Amino acid sequence: MTITVSGNKKEVKDELTVAELIVLENVEMPEYTTVSVNEEFIQRGDHETHKLKEGDVVEFLYFMGGGRS
Amino acid sequence: MKIYLKKSDYEKILEYAVSELPNEACGLIAGIIRNDGEEEIRNIEKVYLLTNTDHSNEHFSLDPKEQLQSIKDMRENGLTPLGNWHSHPESPSRSSQEDIRLAFDKNANYLILSLMDRSNPVLNSFHVENGESTKEELIFID
Ligand SMILES: [Zn+2]
Repeated sequence: MTITVSGNKKEVKDELTVAELIVLENVEMPEYTTVSVNEEFIQRGDHETHKLKEGDVVEFLYFMGGGRS
Repeated sequence: MKIYLKKSDYEKILEYAVSELPNEACGLIAGIIRNDGEEEIRNIEKVYLLTNTDHSNEHFSLDPKEQLQSIKDMRENGLTPLGNWHSHPESPSRSSQEDIRLAFDKNANYLILSLMDRSNPVLNSFHVENGESTKEELIFID
């Protein structure tokens, strides 16, 4: 099936999970990454079970922040 | 590397950061990367003003929802994400230990606006890699 990852179309196996896609895409710092599918945020606890579908649009949002000291 | 920022975009950041005082303000920067001979040139073409979800004068976190909208906007306008910016209401324009710890992208430009001296705001850009923050060449253009 075809999905869009970070703006690029990609051919992946059917029923690929979010967790599998994170590995496939070599996402650095997955613990600091929020995943959205069709503009819905996927909770970290659901990464293993959330299966992607044909045409899904996936974005990886890297945590950005900082602080004093 | 040289980084160019339009004065009008600088004014935008400054105005927003002042309006968010006493809290830290933050946002994203996007633009175009090109090469001039050996040297990389980055033109910041658009600055994004985001919500600091920490609503704090000591911390900032970007709102993922607004981050998503900004990234979509960058793509629609053919812009490359270049990094982010945030303000230091009461400290100098340099990366704190926490800023360094949470700067995960060695390709990003991290802009810090100090409002410590309100009559003399200071904006610098930093490169963060291996736990070290280095000041970059940031040039203001009309
Ligand atoms: Zn900071």
